[in-house]
Amino acid sequence: MNITLNGAAHTVAAGASLTALVSQVTGRPLSADGQATDGGRLGVAVAHNAQVVPRSQWHATVLNDGDDVELVTAVQGG
Amino acid sequence: MTGTTMPLTGADTLVIDGVALESRLIMGTGGAPSLDGLGAALVASGTSLTTVAMRRYSPAETGSLFQLLVDHGIRVLPNTAGCFTARDAVLTAELAREALETDWVKLEVIADEHTLLPDAVELVEATEQLVNRGFKVFAYTNDDPVLALRLENLGATAVMPLGAPIGTGLGILNPHNIELIVSRAGVPVVLDAGIGTASDAALAMELGCDAVLLATAVTRAQNPALMGEAFKHAVLAGRMARQAGRIPRREHALASSAMEGRAEFL
Repeated sequence: MNITLNGAAHTVAAGASLTALVSQVTGRPLSADGQATDGGRLGVAVAHNAQVVPRSQWHATVLNDGDDVELVTAVQGG
Repeated sequence: MTGTTMPLTGADTLVIDGVALESRLIMGTGGAPSLDGLGAALVASGTSLTTVAMRRYSPAETGSLFQLLVDHGIRVLPNTAGCFTARDAVLTAELAREALETDWVKLEVIADEHTLLPDAVELVEATEQLVNRGFKVFAYTNDDPVLALRLENLGATAVMPLGAPIGTGLGILNPHNIELIVSRAGVPVVLDAGIGTASDAALAMELGCDAVLLATAVTRAQNPALMGEAFKHAVLAGRMARQAGRIPRREHALASSAMEGRAEFL
């Protein structure tokens, strides 16, 4: 299944949730409430088709073919 | 010599949204060549609040700025840098709140990339929307006393007028307007942008600003850590001078030694 992640083509398994995607990209295991299981702060946020999805809802959000996802984090600025 | 001396820190804490900030120097993080150098400069500056931008996550990025700030006990102030519309700024603020778990946001809605000046119309619109969504809005604004008051009335937590355009280092181009903004404000006023060197920050505090926000002046200085420390002292000196009450300006000289009792030489 193909989605757009941060403006580029990206492949995920059919029926994958946002939790699976974020975990795949960041390389950090996540619990169902969207927190990193390593105890550290994840520091990322997700917009799914231009809607911000709270981390508590990642698990329940299933990706569809053609979806647009933005995954952001804090960088130097301001 | 006796008399009361104000302690350099502690007694004069800035409180914003119920949070006590030990330092009145708010730092930005843009322009630093390395995370290590940035960390050293931030520590030297003594800052307790620092801005970050929100950008696309890149697995290739080494080290986490967010983690660096957490490790140093520095509170994070996400910004909406790069947003040209209220819609983009609100979305970016929502992402920042989610990612960094803070409802504080430095609202920056710029008109164009050439001037980087705030777009007043979009700024007002975004402030209204963000306040309604429960954000604590630190509004980066033009040095316009009318607009500053309007942002405060819309519920901004702090107003942050620019001294000069972002990154120019031109200092405070309109001190009169900054003074006017301060004199009418009921929320903290933070001089943001345009600072070039330590004396600019001292001036901002002497004009009555509650804090100073700067990035480039430190991150792009020849020696960022040394400049960070210089700003720490400048902000304290300016704050103390403001509270001490400066002498009025005079047209003519005023002798500080008495004329009476002089020896006479025949």
